[in-house]
Amino acid sequence: MKVAVSCSGEKLDSLVDQRFGRTAQFIVYDLDANMFMVVDNDQNLQAAQGAGIQSARTVADSGAKAVITGNVGPKAFHTLNAAGIDIYLIKSGTVKEAIEEFKKGNLIKSTGANVDGHWI
Amino acid sequence: MKIAVASGKGGTGKTTIATNLAYYLANSIGQNVTLLDCDVEEPNCHLFLQPRWEKVYAVSVPVPEVDASKCNGCGICSDLCQFSAIVCINKNTLTFPELCHGCGLCTRVCAPGAIKEVQRELGVVEMGTAYGINFAHGKLRIGESMSPPLIKEVKRKFNSSGITIIDSPPGTSCPVIEAIKGTDFVLLVTEPTPFGLNDLQLAVDMVRVVGIPFAVIINRADVGDERVQEYCSREGIPILMEIPEDREIAKTYSTGGLVLKDIPAYGGKFSLLAGALLS
Repeated sequence: MKVAVSCSGEKLDSLVDQRFGRTAQFIVYDLDANMFMVVDNDQNLQAAQGAGIQSARTVADSGAKAVITGNVGPKAFHTLNAAGIDIYLIKSGTVKEAIEEFKKGNLIKSTGANVDGHWI
Repeated sequence: MKIAVASGKGGTGKTTIATNLAYYLANSIGQNVTLLDCDVEEPNCHLFLQPRWEKVYAVSVPVPEVDASKCNGCGICSDLCQFSAIVCINKNTLTFPELCHGCGLCTRVCAPGAIKEVQRELGVVEMGTAYGINFAHGKLRIGESMSPPLIKEVKRKFNSSGITIIDSPPGTSCPVIEAIKGTDFVLLVTEPTPFGLNDLQLAVDMVRVVGIPFAVIINRADVGDERVQEYCSREGIPILMEIPEDREIAKTYSTGGLVLKDIPAYGGKFSLLAGALLS
């Protein structure tokens, strides 16, 4: 299973980006192979609207079945939900720590958006 | 002739200029004048003109509705939409009507014909007359963010033979560009403060990109410093009018009056402005 983590850099010790729609990239981590790849999301940084929706598409195209991020707005939630991708929120930490927490089952699955769109 | 009254900064006096210029042209020199309040998020020209309303109608944009039983999940609509208003994800096609600009592209490219257009109401256009001026404005529905299509609809009331004055929203983004597009001249109203100058420079950059001739009006011209005048002279931008800080104007404004009706002495300034615009 693959998990996409919004992050501020391209390494496992990069911090989790608290934004889902406007994160610069995702680290897509393959839990079975213990390998990861970096998926660019910078087409969304300048988008006037719909960044969360397009990020959800990026995540779906990567094959990830779960997302770990800081916050998720209503449109991103709706889109990820339609794609059958689960959302887990984490307040801080590195990508590596987020993956470890996820593996241990310490992250709780989101049942709705936790912020409004354009929250930041 | 079509003249837009715009500004980078809000509250500089666009409405005061637009309503009084319209009043002057219609009543002092007998022109056929139409005033269009395109600040559809917060229209206020009507407060000063108190028009007799004659017509009101709703404005909507066509937005897509997907019939899931016909959709084959090809995703072409999703790839083409520039506004993320329709998105196909894992063969599910979702729509976000509040992001849709109503261009109709998705409906057109849908091979299985799964998309039909339904109407989403943006607001209303109200039309009337006041002091011999033809007047129209748009009122955006509360909670709505898609103002350009409503502005476009207000502008369909352009006066083809006479003079149209457009009161534009403040700023430099899509609604302003929609409001000034197709006009012959833009009046940029500013005030002589650091905020006024900063936002004037943004507005000048915007009007230059759109490519419409423009000039500046300085309101409350004696409250700040000379930097707006210096900037205009450096850039070769004509200053067509300067209005002083005047307690009488403030009084008139705060009671919803027209400056030219209440303080006829300002007729001279508007006469010079009209002369410069019409020549």
